[in-house]
Amino acid sequence: MRFGVVVFPASNCDMDTYHVVDQVLGHPVSYIWHREQNLDGFDCVILPGGFAYGDYLRAGAIARFAPIMESLPAFAGRGGLVLGICNGLQVLLEAGLLPGAMRRNDSLQFRCRDVLLRVENVRTPFTNRYRTGEVIRMPIAHGEGNYYADPETLAELEREGRIVFRYCSAAGEILPAANPNGALGNIAGICNRRGNVLGLMPHPERCSESILGNTDGLGIWQSILHWWGAAREQEAVRNV
Amino acid sequence: MSERKPDWEEMGLTRTEYDQICGLLGREPNYLETGLFAVLWSEHCAYNHSKPVLKLFPTTGSRVLQGPGENAGIVDIGDGQGIVFKMESHNHPSAIEPYQGAATGVGGIVRDIFTMGARPIASLNSLRFGDLSDPRVRYLFSGVVAGIGDYGNCLGIPTVGGEVFFDPSFKDNPLVNAMSVGLVEHDQIRRGAAAGPGNQVLLVGARTGRDGIHGCTFASEELSEESEQRRPAVQVGDPFMEKLLIEACLEVIAAGLVVGIQDLGAAGLTSSSAEMAGRAGTGLDLDVALVPRREEGMTPYEVMLSESQERMLLVIEPEREQGVRRIVEKWGLEATVIGRVTGDGIYRIRDGAGVVAEVPVRFLTDEAPVYYPEVSEPAYYEERRNWPVAETPVPDDLNRVLRRLLADPNIASKEWVYRQYDQTVMTNTVVPPGADAAVLRIKGTRKGIALTTDGNARYCYLDPYRGGLQAVAEAARNLSCVGAEPLGITDCLNFGNPEKPEIFWQFREAVRGMCEACQVLEIPVVSGNVSFYNETNGEAIRPVPVVGMVGLLPDIEMRCTSQFQQPGDTILLLGQFRPGLGASEYLAVIHGVEAGGVPRLDLAVEARTQACCRSLVRGGILKSAHDCAEGGLGVTLAECCIAGRVGALIDDIPVLEEPREDNLLFGETQSAIVVTCAPARLPLVIQAAREHDIPYLALGSVGGDSLVIRHDGGRIMINLPVEEMESLWRESIPSLMA
Amino acid sequence: MFEARIYVTLKEGILDPQGKAVKGGLANMGYQGVADVRVGKFLVLTLDSPDRRQAEQSVREMCDRLLANPVIEDYTFEVQEASS
Repeated sequence: MRFGVVVFPASNCDMDTYHVVDQVLGHPVSYIWHREQNLDGFDCVILPGGFAYGDYLRAGAIARFAPIMESLPAFAGRGGLVLGICNGLQVLLEAGLLPGAMRRNDSLQFRCRDVLLRVENVRTPFTNRYRTGEVIRMPIAHGEGNYYADPETLAELEREGRIVFRYCSAAGEILPAANPNGALGNIAGICNRRGNVLGLMPHPERCSESILGNTDGLGIWQSILHWWGAAREQEAVRNV
Repeated sequence: MSERKPDWEEMGLTRTEYDQICGLLGREPNYLETGLFAVLWSEHCAYNHSKPVLKLFPTTGSRVLQGPGENAGIVDIGDGQGIVFKMESHNHPSAIEPYQGAATGVGGIVRDIFTMGARPIASLNSLRFGDLSDPRVRYLFSGVVAGIGDYGNCLGIPTVGGEVFFDPSFKDNPLVNAMSVGLVEHDQIRRGAAAGPGNQVLLVGARTGRDGIHGCTFASEELSEESEQRRPAVQVGDPFMEKLLIEACLEVIAAGLVVGIQDLGAAGLTSSSAEMAGRAGTGLDLDVALVPRREEGMTPYEVMLSESQERMLLVIEPEREQGVRRIVEKWGLEATVIGRVTGDGIYRIRDGAGVVAEVPVRFLTDEAPVYYPEVSEPAYYEERRNWPVAETPVPDDLNRVLRRLLADPNIASKEWVYRQYDQTVMTNTVVPPGADAAVLRIKGTRKGIALTTDGNARYCYLDPYRGGLQAVAEAARNLSCVGAEPLGITDCLNFGNPEKPEIFWQFREAVRGMCEACQVLEIPVVSGNVSFYNETNGEAIRPVPVVGMVGLLPDIEMRCTSQFQQPGDTILLLGQFRPGLGASEYLAVIHGVEAGGVPRLDLAVEARTQACCRSLVRGGILKSAHDCAEGGLGVTLAECCIAGRVGALIDDIPVLEEPREDNLLFGETQSAIVVTCAPARLPLVIQAAREHDIPYLALGSVGGDSLVIRHDGGRIMINLPVEEMESLWRESIPSLMA
Repeated sequence: MFEARIYVTLKEGILDPQGKAVKGGLANMGYQGVADVRVGKFLVLTLDSPDRRQAEQSVREMCDRLLANPVIEDYTFEVQEASS
């Protein structure tokens, strides 16, 4: 399975994400420069965290017009996996690959701390190694994580089970006190209808090694590999 | 016709200095040339008042790869790797425009790191403000923190530590000392020398505007009402551009395309180019007409003195130009050839065809006058030292005192600050803010580095020599507590107007104290910065030398933090316990008195105590270690309980000769570390203490959900639930800033 | 040359925490009569275009595609001849 990490000007977490795939998972990974347009050969494309284009105008607003973003919809259409982390999610929202928009945190301040997330949907390629309702801990580090979607869109997301992670309390309750940024519905991560495009604000690449004190993020990478392995198995069975 | 000040005076030169310039040149300098001298001979660039004193610092050692004199210092950490680090002040700009002042402070210091070929991996900052009850202070505080956060977060460099203090003397003169740390492979180290006549000089990065012209002379003066009008002197930062610069410069350096490289900081193109030529012993021929501008009609003077941010100066061999251009333009940046290196030692500036300035380089870089200011011990010194501290009444309710101290902004949690900083980007942060020192891993190795900043303004005011001594010792002690061996120091020396004898006395004494500690503890100073003229309307700040220190953990798994862990763990105090009320936070906060003798420091005992602590941490014998600082033993124990969310029973404190309970609990001492271990390992701890020939005290055990401190003999002095202590400590600053 | 002055504002009904904070700040300063504050963006574009109509068309496209996020923002603009 080949991973690609997109690098926009001023992406920051590209190296962190590359490190996890390369050193922790031991899988082939390359950087994809934002001017590239060819995504052939990749199975999972990651849009990493950072401040692409300084987050000027709106986070992700300028990045979404980068050449690489022209090829991404077709890649997703073919069933390729797309994972947007933090700034990556903001880019996916601006590009319309996921619905809704991000606003400034309601505190009007940047927030870097651990949050608790409830895993709502374990049927995606990114979450199949978690249990439904499992509470996991992940760090956030953002100034614009206040998710908004209009009521129809929100209802649709709910109905279709496309809200994948929500900020929650230690007991797994969806409470305002557990919400670090004002996001509607405590929404921390969502996916597309097909389930192959996921975006989340917290940083799984920062909690995938025990030396960093938290490995709750490993489940996302393991899920991806598991889904890939299962898909390869199915293909093998079909080809027999 | 009204009197007009001569240009040289407007620019900050003295009559004597101007005459000296005329003497050197054999003629009068023109307007531009006067401007060049004015900035290069300013305090900020030339250290005229401080040079002789700074020479006292020990700057060499087996681990020193680069000492003072370059853009940053470098220490060796083994495996062909080095740590590049430096601290710098941006006090004056932050007083006028806190957000941009602090942001550009971060930008400037980060450039000093990657210009050496190092990838910046961490930031720290040491901040001081006035009393938080003052709305303007809250404005400065929130502006500075937001500025540091927004700029640093966008760069993707974690801010992992620092300190924040509040004292009325900083009301109009906040201190913003920014430290940057980078990792470099030995063969990637580059220096700021314009070597090789015929080589090209390239300007890379932002276009040049009128930002901050004479910003460094502004830093060399006291603030007054007029300063408010000079808001245009504050530069605006663009962290996006800087992030691109980091990537482009590191790539260009790694490709071996660069002869010399330096960032443009104070005094812009002038200081950067002159210093590069000075170091190489060469000359430069620059054409201002070639410098890309973002404003119309800029004069050569304005171009040379602009402090527009996010610009780098590269010296390259001509055949490398295409290679450099390819990389720089890939990152969306501009690179412009603006001149060349010559062999004649002359600093020549053209504007198109005509020469507009021509001065020997070394007149600018080596001939700045050095001053030996008068020194005079201030009247307050003896007076405060001999204050009858013993006459201070002992409060009845010590619980109440501890509650107040935990809520004191100088002691309370700084989470309100650091939750605005990205502390974990780059995924190297193993011990985040909140501990004695930050610890970062070095990927691909077993090593870790530890980082801290320390300084105590009250100690330095009351006894500058002891204050300087203590700043170095405490930084080293903080590193030893996490298990790191101190490798080197960077410093920011913040003082008032050095032309006043009492202020220069503070400066000289503080440096003298620092030097003594550096020598005995064997920690060299590899870089640093002096910030003078921190005064408003004649009132100086409390003097504070801030020490930034880097340490090495050979095995990052063998580290320690401050929290109490397991009920039943034994609590001891390692080192010397000689509490005194003098100069303590307790005396200031509870009794409103800033006086008394600053705690004595026996450097030999300090060195042995730290060595003992390090060896115990590395042997995996300790469960926690936390040094005794502001607030004394009582506060230190409370902090350990709060961090570990568990109580403690302290019932073994021996009766001291002077059994004042407030002194026992809140008196301050040096060279004391509170540690815990599993009861079974206690003999190992005692053995280590004996082997290192340091005193130790059994204090009690971890357990329960309250901190209970009982005098030997049974009287309970402190009994506070940990939850209550935590709440006071955690909520203090957020509620003041709400 | 034309100059376009563009106002980008949050859609009605979208929570504006910045506006709320500014309103609170004004109240603290003693301005009790401020009923509401909404914070938006103001952009000035200098653009080369054959005529005003085409300039307006371009600006509209730019707003729809980049300058405003249609999920949460509305925009208005004025186009006039650039002075000098």
